[in-house]
Parts: sequence; C-alpha cells; structure tokens
Amino acid sequence: MLRYILQRILLFIPTVFVISVVTFVLIQLPPGDYITVYAAQLEASGQEVSEQLLTALRGRYGLDQPFYIQYAKWIGNIVLYGDFGQSMQWNRPVADLIWERLWWTIALSIGTLIFTWIVAFPIGIYSATHQYSVADYIFTFIGFFGQGVPDFLLALVLMWLGYTWFGVEVGGLFSAAYKDAPWSLAKFADLLRHLWVPVVVLGIAGTAGLIRTMRANLLDELRKPYVVTARAKGMKERALIWKYPVRVALNPFISGLAYVLPGLVSGATIISVVLSLPTTGPMMLRALMSQDMYLAGSFLLLLSTLTVLGTLVSDILLAWVDPRIRLG
Amino acid sequence: MVQTNPPKSRKDLQGERLFTASQWQLMWWRFTRHKLAVISMVVLIFAYLTALFCEFVAPHDPNRYDPRWVLAPPMKLHFVDKEGRFHLQPFVYGLKSKRDLETLAMVVVPDESRTYPVKLFARGDPYELWGQFAGDRHLFGIEADDQMFFLFGADELGRDSLSRIIYGGRISLSIGLVGVLLSLVFGIILGGISGYYGGIADLIIQRVIEFLRSLPAIPLWLMLAAALPPTWSSIRIYFGITIILSFIGWTGLARVVRGRFLALREEDFILAARLANAPRMRIILRHMVPSFASHLIASLTLSIPGMIMSETALSFLGLGLQPPIVSWGVLLQSAQNLRSVVLAPWLLLPGLFVVIVVLAFNFMGDGLRDAADPYAM
Repeated sequence: MLRYILQRILLFIPTVFVISVVTFVLIQLPPGDYITVYAAQLEASGQEVSEQLLTALRGRYGLDQPFYIQYAKWIGNIVLYGDFGQSMQWNRPVADLIWERLWWTIALSIGTLIFTWIVAFPIGIYSATHQYSVADYIFTFIGFFGQGVPDFLLALVLMWLGYTWFGVEVGGLFSAAYKDAPWSLAKFADLLRHLWVPVVVLGIAGTAGLIRTMRANLLDELRKPYVVTARAKGMKERALIWKYPVRVALNPFISGLAYVLPGLVSGATIISVVLSLPTTGPMMLRALMSQDMYLAGSFLLLLSTLTVLGTLVSDILLAWVDPRIRLG
Repeated sequence: MVQTNPPKSRKDLQGERLFTASQWQLMWWRFTRHKLAVISMVVLIFAYLTALFCEFVAPHDPNRYDPRWVLAPPMKLHFVDKEGRFHLQPFVYGLKSKRDLETLAMVVVPDESRTYPVKLFARGDPYELWGQFAGDRHLFGIEADDQMFFLFGADELGRDSLSRIIYGGRISLSIGLVGVLLSLVFGIILGGISGYYGGIADLIIQRVIEFLRSLPAIPLWLMLAAALPPTWSSIRIYFGITIILSFIGWTGLARVVRGRFLALREEDFILAARLANAPRMRIILRHMVPSFASHLIASLTLSIPGMIMSETALSFLGLGLQPPIVSWGVLLQSAQNLRSVVLAPWLLLPGLFVVIVVLAFNFMGDGLRDAADPYAM
C-alpha cells in the first residue's frame, strides 16, 4: 500500500512537469507577445513608442531568449519564489490576483461534489431497489435531462425564472448590502442563499451520471448469489442491502472523483461567467480576451495541477477502500 | 418416397429469418425495439435534413434585418379572425412600433388591422441553395415586402430568429460530425497501435490519454481557442475549433478501440486467421474491425453531443465561432445577460434546439449501444 502511494506521488511530479510545459507552449502560441500588446496599449493612449524601448523591454523580460530559457525562468520563479509573473492588464503580480479567486473555485467545486454525493447516493440506491417504479422512471428522465442540458443554459434559465417569478437577482455570491460587509452570520446566510444556484447547476450533470452508475452497479450486485443466500437465510432486507451490495457499489463515488473534478472545474468556468461569480473563470476569460497570457496561463497551470492532485487523492482512496484493486 | 414439408407457420418463418439474418439485420431489429431511440433517430434525420436544405426551409435570409422590428416578439399563428370566422389557412397579424407609456421605450406590438396568410412554398428573399441553385421559394412564409415573418421573434437587430436558428443548425450540427470524424481517425490509429502492439507504445499512449483526461477541458479549450489568430477567415476558424474539440475527444474513442483490440486479439478466430497465414493488415481489417464496428458507431454517436455542447459553450463565451458565422452558440451570445433574457426570452430558443439534439443523440446512442451488444438479448 505504502509502495503504491509512493509510486503514485512519484508519477505526479512528471505529470505536473508536462502540464507546465504544455501551459507554457499555450502561453506562447498566440501571435505577438506581451510587448506587442503593451506597445499597442501605449500607442492607443497617445504615447510615442520607439523601437529602442521595445527592444529594451524585450531584453528586460527575457523575451529575446530561446524558448527553453524563458521556460526555465518562468517555472523557476514559480517554484522558488511563488512568483507567477506580472499581469499586464492589471499591472499587478499574478499571484495576488489569483489566490482569492482560486479559493472560490476550490470551495465551489468541493461544495458541488458534496452536493452531488448527498443527492446521488440515496436516489441511486432507491432507483436500484425499486427498479421500474414510477420514481425510478422520473429519476432516469431527470438524469438524462441533466446530462443533455448545457450547464450555462440551465444557469440562464434559472436566472430568468428566479427574476420573473420571485423578482430576485440570483447572480453573484452576495447581495449588494453584504458585498463589502465584514464576515458575519448574516453574511454567511446570504452567501448560502446565493450559492445554491451554481451548486445545483454545476452538480446536476455529475449527479445524473452518478445516479446512473450507482443504479447499474447496485443492480448488478443485487443479482449475485450471495444476496440470494443472505436473503434465504432470513436476513433483514434493510441490513442486507446496506451491509453488502451498497458497500461494493460505492466504488464509483470514489473513482468518479477523478473524472468529476476536471468536469467541475471546467463547468465552473462557464457558470461563473453567466452568474458573475468571483471564481477563476471570468478573470481567466478576460485575461484570454485581452491576451494577458501570463495571468491566463497561471490559471490553467494551477487548475490543472489541482485537478491532477484531486485525481491522485481519489486513486489512493480507491486503492484503500477496494481491496480487489491490484496495486502497482 | 417424396417427403412434403408441412406449411410453415409464421413463427417458424420468423425463427428461420432470425437464424439467417446478418449481424446488421439483427442489430436493426433490436434497435427498433427501443422506441425512444427510434423516435430520436427520426428527430435527428429531420434536424439534419433541415440543416441541409436550410436556405429553402428558413423563411428569411438570416442576415436580412429591419430596424423597425428590433426585438419583435414571436408572432402567433391565428386560425380565427376578429369577426370570428374560421380560416383553414393560418394567418399572422402585421407589426407596428408603439411607445410604451410606462417606460417610454419603443416596443413592437401586433397590428391587428393588417393580416398576412402564411403560405406553403411562398416567394420570399432570394437565395442560392448550396451556393449553386438560385431560388426564391421558401417552404413557408408570408408574401409581403414590407413585413417580415417572425415566428420565433426577432433579435436585437431585427433579424428573424427562426431563420437564424435554422441556418445555425447547419454549422452546429456539422461541427460535431467533423470533430467526431477527426477524433475517430486519431482514436483508431492510436488506440489500434496501443491495443494491437502493446508494450512501450501502449504504455506511452495510455499515459498521454490519462494526462489529457485529467485536465479541465474548458480552460484548456479556452487557451487553445485564444491562440487561433483573429485574422483567420471564418472557415479556418471553424476547422480550428473542430480540431480543438477533437483534441480531447479522441481519448475516449482510443480507449474503446484499444479495449476491443485487446479482447479480440485473444479470440480463437483471430488465432485461426493467424495460423492460416493471413497478413496482419488483413487480420485487422477483415476480421477485427467488422466485429467491433457496430460498437464503434454507438460510441461515436454518444460522443457527438459532447462536441455540439462544447462548440455552443465556446462560442457562447466569445472564444469559438464569431458573429458573421451563425451557429447556435453564436446566437446564444445575445442571451448572455439577465437583462436581455428578461426583455426577450425568445433569445433563449436556440438553447432549446441544442437540448433537443443533444438528448436525441444520447437516446439514439443508448439504443445503438444496446443493439450492438451481442449479449443484450
């Protein structure tokens, strides 16, 4: 077990290395660089831009150096000093801009994950134990629907319904009154009132998928001979289901983590733009639009690293929970 | 002595047909038992036919605009006129601008003094079908020069939403197909190498797949889409987007192909073919591919809706296709904020079509997968 964990952690390092290289390549891909955009900005504000200044700037930022040296500098600063470079749009260090927003993304993803589990677990069990009942059909339909509706569209429709029926603006995370207020119980309650919309919107596709896997897995387990044996021996139905098949069928909840997480982070990017949440999504989008590549690249790097980290945790959890998984 | 067979009963005939039926015939029979999947297939055929003949089906030119009818609400089809007379041919009322006395804004309201019958094969805006055949007959519409026909309302420039949705379908529905085809090529080549040869190649390809699957797709797509030069023509942007979409899509298909290859490699009939000294390419193409082609088609069908949704999402965010092109994602851009949605809820209608198509693909793919599974009987 320990060997397996060590092995996985060792594999984590090259993965993150590859992510950083890919990210850096992507940063460099758009035509032009940092300085061309900067020059355009200066010209737009009516200042004279000399070729000399641009060359000097390129030299200072190291943009005239070969690719691998630029990469080494970029990643070196990140690893050694936590310095992600400078955002040209905001004219502030990228690290300052990122941290606060990254926490919201993490909080939203984890909140959604918990929501998904809490909802999918009982419904999956109910659907499997009451196969082909009316409720099962309803849940199956909702499941298909949840997977078929683009999440940003769902967010738009919820916003529209919320506005026309209840007259509340569901966008953002706080009401205007609490936006700049210090933390208090009332502010927290206000946050919860706003948070359910993105959580439901983000969670519905994952929940739908999880219900279907849970249902299928549990149905497979319920047909196995050991269940018949236990039933024949007079075991109580409730104890029987909860003690054996459910435990086996639980695996997708943990292994699903690995695939749910990238989906959540992806989804959060779009949802946040629609619902104007203070997560990484809108800022990354704006950074991309204005070619602020260091800022956008840092977001991609951090989000990908976090996702891979989540996958690592879920793999280790899975190996710990399910003894049938061969290690190594 | 001549033996005469007793006349065969219907059941026997069916049984005999079952034994002599080809693999594809068996699949088709199983597929038709899945009612929802069959309905979905009809819906999709309808959608693709509409997209194919969009110049003819759409009542208007998607770029024809009229500033008088900015954000005109959808017209209602009427069968009974003001005098209470019934008309078999539906008609619509004309539109007029009026100042809202409460908000003082200009709004478009129906003008009940003018009626226009809705005709089949009506003359309207001239078009060139597939850029080849000129015409001005539309499947349905009203024949009037000073009044446009807004069955689904008008957008913020006074263009017909229905026509734009129909034209948008051509791009949105085809981008999924092209993307999936590209994914399929990558998937079969890489998955095939991975599954058939195994060893180092397998190890590397599997690591690459795991790596790509562990990345959050949308941020990655956003980065890739931002890297497309803004000077590109719309058609190049379109292909750029499909390549970006298939960049991640191939991993799922490669896994399916690899799994099938691994399973088939151990089958007796492959061993027999090998012992009969069949060349490797013949084994792959003649013996292996046909036995998982049906499975592959099902997987393909299930991966198209993902592509359609991704295109919609990218374009919606403004990083995919850009406005001169009409796609469902581009159309939804105008419904991006709450204000415009509250003002003109019909701007959300393209989303309804995304949902219908995606659900239809999902149901049909489910049906195909069940039909392709030989153990599902």
